Amino acid sequence: MGAYLFKRVLATIPVMLFVAVFIFLLLRLTPGDPAAMIAGDFANDDQIAEIRENLGLNEPLWKQFGIWLGDVLRFELGQSFYYKKEVKDLILNRIEPTFSLSVMTILLTVMIAVPMGTAAAYKQGSWFDRIIMGFSVLGFSVPVFVIGYGLIYVFSVQLGWLPVQGYQRLEDGFGGWLIRLILPSLALSVIFVAFIARMTRTSVLEVLGEDYIRTARAKGQTETKVLMRHALRNAAVPIVTVIGLAIAVLIGGVVVTESVFTIPGLGLLTVEAVLNRDFPTIQAVILFFSVVYVLINLLIDISYTFLDPRIRY
Amino acid sequence: MSTVTEQSPPSATSSAAQSPARQTLRRMLGNTSVRVGGTIALLIVLMGIFAPFLGTRDPSDISPKNRNKVPGYEATIRDYDGNKIPVVYRMGSDTLGRDVYSRVVYGARTSLIVGATVAVLAIAVGLGLGLVAGYFRLMDGIIMRVMDGMMAIPAILLAIAVVSLFSAGLTSVIVAIVVAEVPRVVRLVRSVVLSIREEPYVEAAITAGTPAPLLLLRHVLPNTVAPLIVQGTFIVASAIIVEAILSFLGIGIPPEVPTWGNIMAEGREVFQLFPHNILYPGAVLALTVLSVNMLGDGLRDTLDPRFAKRV
Repeated sequence: MGAYLFKRVLATIPVMLFVAVFIFLLLRLTPGDPAAMIAGDFANDDQIAEIRENLGLNEPLWKQFGIWLGDVLRFELGQSFYYKKEVKDLILNRIEPTFSLSVMTILLTVMIAVPMGTAAAYKQGSWFDRIIMGFSVLGFSVPVFVIGYGLIYVFSVQLGWLPVQGYQRLEDGFGGWLIRLILPSLALSVIFVAFIARMTRTSVLEVLGEDYIRTARAKGQTETKVLMRHALRNAAVPIVTVIGLAIAVLIGGVVVTESVFTIPGLGLLTVEAVLNRDFPTIQAVILFFSVVYVLINLLIDISYTFLDPRIRY
Repeated sequence: MSTVTEQSPPSATSSAAQSPARQTLRRMLGNTSVRVGGTIALLIVLMGIFAPFLGTRDPSDISPKNRNKVPGYEATIRDYDGNKIPVVYRMGSDTLGRDVYSRVVYGARTSLIVGATVAVLAIAVGLGLGLVAGYFRLMDGIIMRVMDGMMAIPAILLAIAVVSLFSAGLTSVIVAIVVAEVPRVVRLVRSVVLSIREEPYVEAAITAGTPAPLLLLRHVLPNTVAPLIVQGTFIVASAIIVEAILSFLGIGIPPEVPTWGNIMAEGREVFQLFPHNILYPGAVLALTVLSVNMLGDGLRDTLDPRFAKRV
C-alpha cells in the first residue's frame, strides 16, 4: 500500500511538469514582447528594458523556467497585468463561489444520477430505461449555457421563483447563498448526470449478472438490499472513476456557467483574464484548475483501496 | 469490427449482396439512431449550404429603427437601391436590428466548418502520433507523457489558453480545439495499434520482413478506420459546442460574424426582455449537436461493436 501510494504520487510528477512547461511557455509564445505588454502603451524604451530586467526576461529560457517554477512552488504567482494586484489574492478571493458551485453540482449529480442509472439497469430494456438513456444523449448534446438560459427563462423570468443571476457569499446568509446556487448548479449538473447515469447503468448491469447476486436473491434478500448492498457497492469503483474524469468537464462547465449566471468565481476570472490578455492570471488559473484536477484523480485512485478491499497494491 | 475493411476485390462481388461492405452499410442504415441523427444533420448541412435561398437577408445588415423586435414582427426596410421592401423578422431582431433568423441560418456555416475541419485535422494529427506511439516502443513513452500532460488541462481551458495566444478568428479557434482533441485520438489509435500488434497476421508480416511503414499502412491503418469514423463524429459534436462556447464568452470568432455562439452573446444584455436572441440559436445549436451525437451513437453500435460494449 505504501509503495503503491508512493508510485502513484511519483507518476503525477511528469504530468504536472508538462503542465508547468506548457503554462510557462504560454507567456513566452505570445506574439509580441511580454515586457512591452506589462508596461502598457505609454511606456518608453527604458521602462520596458527595466521591466524586462526585473522579470528576468534577459536570462536564457531554461533559467527563466527554473525561476518561474521556484516562484510557483512558493505560491508567488506574480502580478496581474490588468488588476494590478497579486494573482494569488485574486484567486483566493474567487475560490469560494467556484467551490460552492462545484460541490453543489457534484452533490446534485450523485443524488440524481446514481439512483437513475441503478433503476435503469434494474429495469433494463423497459420504457423507463429507454427514457433515461434518451435523456443521457440529450444531456450530452445541449450545451450548458443553453440549459442555463432556458432555466433562467422558465424559473426566473416567467415564474419569478428564483433570482436571475448573481452570487451571495456564504457569510452573508445561507438562504441567499443557496437560492442563488440552485439554477447554476442544476444547469451544470445536466451533462454530468447524463454521463454518470450512463456509467452507473453499465456498471450495475455488469454486476447484476454475477453469481453472488443470484446467491443473495436465493437466500431471500430483499431486492432493495440486493441492489444497495451487493450491486451498487460492487459497481462503485467504475462510477467513482468516471466522476473523477468528469471533473474536467465540470471545470470547463464552471467557466461557462459562471459567465451565464455572473458568479464572480475562478471561471469568470479566466474569461476576464483572456479578454484583457492578462497572462499572469491566465497562467495561474489554468495551473490551479489543472492541479486540482490531477489531485482529485490522485485521491480517487487512492480511495479504491477503501471502496473495494479486494484491491491491494 | 473489421468488416468494413475486409473488402474483396470489386470484380468478385459485382453481385454485391454478400459483400461485407454492403452488409455493414445496410446494417448502418437500418439503425434508428443513424437514420434520425443523419437526417437531421443532413438537413442542417443543407441549411448552411443553401442559406442565401432560404428567405434570408444579409445577416450583418443593421437596421437601427427595428432593434429588439419580437419574432414575427413585420417592417419595411430599404434595400441597397433605395426601394422599400416589406420584411418579416421570423425570429425577431437583435440589439442592432439584424434579422436573427438570417443570422441563425448563416450561423450553421461557421459551426459546420469548424466541426468538420477540427475532426479532420485532429484525426490526421492523432492518427500519425498514435501509430508512432503504438508501434515504436521508444516513442511511446515520450508521446504518451506529453498527451497525459495535455489531458491534465481540462479541454475547454486548453482551448481558451491557445485562443488567448492569437488574435480572435476562425483559424485560432480551429487550432485551439484541435489541440484539445488530439490527445484523445492518439490514445484511441494507440490502443487499436497495441491490440493489432498481437494478431497472428501482423506477426506473420513481421516475420516475412515487411518494413514498418508498409506494415502500418497495410495491416494496422485499416483497423483504425471504423473507430476513427465513430470518434470523428463525436469530435464534430464537441468542436461545435466548444466553438459556440468560445464565441459566447467573447473570445472566439469576432462578434460581427454570425455564429450561434455570437448571436447568443449579443442577446445576453437584453435576455430578460427579449429571450428570442438566445433561445432560437440555442435550440438550433442543441438540435445540431444532438443529431451528430445520435449519428455517432448509431455508427458506434453498427461499425464498432467492440467499442460499443465498453461504454
